[in-house]
Amino acid sequence: MAISRRKFLNMLTVGSAACLTLLTPITAWSAWASDAFNATQSEDAYKNLLGATETIDSDEVKLKVPKIAENGGAVPVSVKTSMKGVESISLFVKNNPQPLTASFQIPAGTIANVSTRIRLAQTSTVTAVIKANGKLYSKSQEVKVTIGGCGG
Amino acid sequence: MNRREFNQLLTAGAIAGILPKTSLAFSSVKPNYDIPQKGNARLLHITDCHAQLKPIYFREPNVNMGLNEALGKTPHVVGDAFLKKNKLTKNSMEAHAFTYLNFNAAAKEYGKVGGFAHLSTLIKSLRASVGDNDNSLLLDGGDTWQGSATAYWTRGKDMVQAANLLGVDVMTGHWEFTYQDEEVFSNVDDFNGEFLAQNIKLTEDALFEGSRAHDEDTGHVFKPYTIKEINGHRIAIIGQAFPYTPVANPKRFIPDWSFGIQNEDLQELVNDIKENEKPAAIVVLSHNGMDVDLKLASVVTGIDFILGGHTHDGVPIPVTVKNSGGETVVTNAGSNGKFVGVLDLNLTNGKLKGYEYHLLPVFSNFIKADSEMAALIDEIRKPHLEKLNEELAVTESLLYRRGNFNGTFDQLICDALRHELNAEISLSPGFRWGTTVLPGQAVTFEHVMDQTCITYPETYARDMLGNEIKAILEDVADNLFHPDPFYQQGGDMVRVGGMNYICDPTALSGKRISNMTLDNGKLIEANKYYKVAGWATVGSVAPGKPIWEVVSSYLRNQKTVNITNINSPKLRNLGNNPGIFL
Repeated sequence: MAISRRKFLNMLTVGSAACLTLLTPITAWSAWASDAFNATQSEDAYKNLLGATETIDSDEVKLKVPKIAENGGAVPVSVKTSMKGVESISLFVKNNPQPLTASFQIPAGTIANVSTRIRLAQTSTVTAVIKANGKLYSKSQEVKVTIGGCGG
Repeated sequence: MNRREFNQLLTAGAIAGILPKTSLAFSSVKPNYDIPQKGNARLLHITDCHAQLKPIYFREPNVNMGLNEALGKTPHVVGDAFLKKNKLTKNSMEAHAFTYLNFNAAAKEYGKVGGFAHLSTLIKSLRASVGDNDNSLLLDGGDTWQGSATAYWTRGKDMVQAANLLGVDVMTGHWEFTYQDEEVFSNVDDFNGEFLAQNIKLTEDALFEGSRAHDEDTGHVFKPYTIKEINGHRIAIIGQAFPYTPVANPKRFIPDWSFGIQNEDLQELVNDIKENEKPAAIVVLSHNGMDVDLKLASVVTGIDFILGGHTHDGVPIPVTVKNSGGETVVTNAGSNGKFVGVLDLNLTNGKLKGYEYHLLPVFSNFIKADSEMAALIDEIRKPHLEKLNEELAVTESLLYRRGNFNGTFDQLICDALRHELNAEISLSPGFRWGTTVLPGQAVTFEHVMDQTCITYPETYARDMLGNEIKAILEDVADNLFHPDPFYQQGGDMVRVGGMNYICDPTALSGKRISNMTLDNGKLIEANKYYKVAGWATVGSVAPGKPIWEVVSSYLRNQKTVNITNINSPKLRNLGNNPGIFL
């Protein structure tokens, strides 16, 4: 059955609403998550979330994010990979006051493909880190936040 | 009209035109528009005409620098270095068309360039010489609906009419998107050709709201590509709109659309077209700008030609870029109706076997105006003639815009802003369009509109801290000099009035601008306020009068224009850059 995008989006909304109710309340977060999300330095955020600061730069991490943000307040970003054994996908914005921006737990058997919108306070490197089979793989890209204007 | 008839017309034009009067030895006095077809499919390419329906003067830049890998390479060469690189003869007609050299005398000698009535005759002849319109395509790279007073007043509709009469088959856009989105759709609906853009998609919110889209499943706002058949050969044309429109221009006119270079999407599209459409050649009609196109050609495989615009580079010899899948040929066809690109393809058994490219300068005095187009242009202009022809002042200086850092017309705009809005400092955007006025000519209201007519023309005068001014200069400098072309937006540096600075384009972002001083030599302090006037604000609507009223009022009072002081930065760390002649 062919399904139009609009119809699909409507279904998604219903789906996401259902998902939201499954999320654990923030108060129940374990200390590591709180420490990671509240860290003001990238290194601390990495350490608290992933237990390490070293990652392997990998083209298997497909990070899609604009090079110049059309709106720094809501920058669309998606991360996917065909690697096996993915446990989590996390996003770091180096120059944000709190670099860890999002972390997705990927249950076994789930397609590793997430997308969200992130806020950038200023031009920054955005890094996606994928934890797979206990190892950390990453891909980074500069995202510019500009005052704009003056285009040819 | 056949070729012989056309050549007779050309000759007639040449005789009626201005013959050499000066003692300068020009190598030729007649352009050659007789281009015999090579191969079996002809693509004609125009771009960035900026709504210039009438012939105009247009001076090419003396500063168009390339850094890093672009240093000294096409299109970043000017003047004599340009002639040498492109094997052109000094003082020839071509030298005048492609460079600023000897501009005033040569402009008087050879007359104006472009104009849709002359363009029309030339294009008809180039198409007639290969049979008929079914054996050729006319592609327009965009920036067609903006740049003249009549385009502004008719919201681009005059240009849609003119493009229809010219016979444009396919176009893409940039300044087209500075009208309100419904107006864009209305113009696209009136356009007889196809409007293509693979890199404009609805935002997720807009898709959800059911905003107009070409394809709800992919989210494309416009058709991404088309297949055209020429002499039985299938040619794929992909549209690539200016990727940073919502950054470089106001997003408020097109809130539902998201842009970007989208090179991964482009690669997928090319692969898909190859597999499913089996074309003999794949052409990208691009408004990326030359540097972005050169990089795009190196990272995306399977494209045969990128016919480019945006950066207004007149590139007589295309650049062949190697990539992991083969080669892609990249061109750029100048601006303001000054050039027509002629790309002849040799297609055999569904494959591209060879090509030949010419970029023809359009010397209006040597081409008879097409009467039907001339009549349309007269009809468009008639209700506005009195306003357009108002002579505001006479200029003693050559007034032009193009250049990485400043132009005399921009200085005039900056001077007008400071004077009329009573400001210490003025800022003016580094656009690349805007026509040239020769010394001794009257500066008309039309000239002012040629330089200023945008849909967000409001001016402002407000207090700004020294470090805010620096932040603006740094931000724009990074748009221009970022080492990665995919982060460049293609305009020129913001123009300044009443202040000077040192610029090191090779420095890191945020460290290129230093020693900012006022005209009186006083250092601009980071935490002190200065009254700054400007226009063309992208974020929100500024409160002041449109810029053309400010400039017109200034000119009426000045009566005579003489630009003596140009606020151009001192440049550092550039060494011997063939993209600069100062």
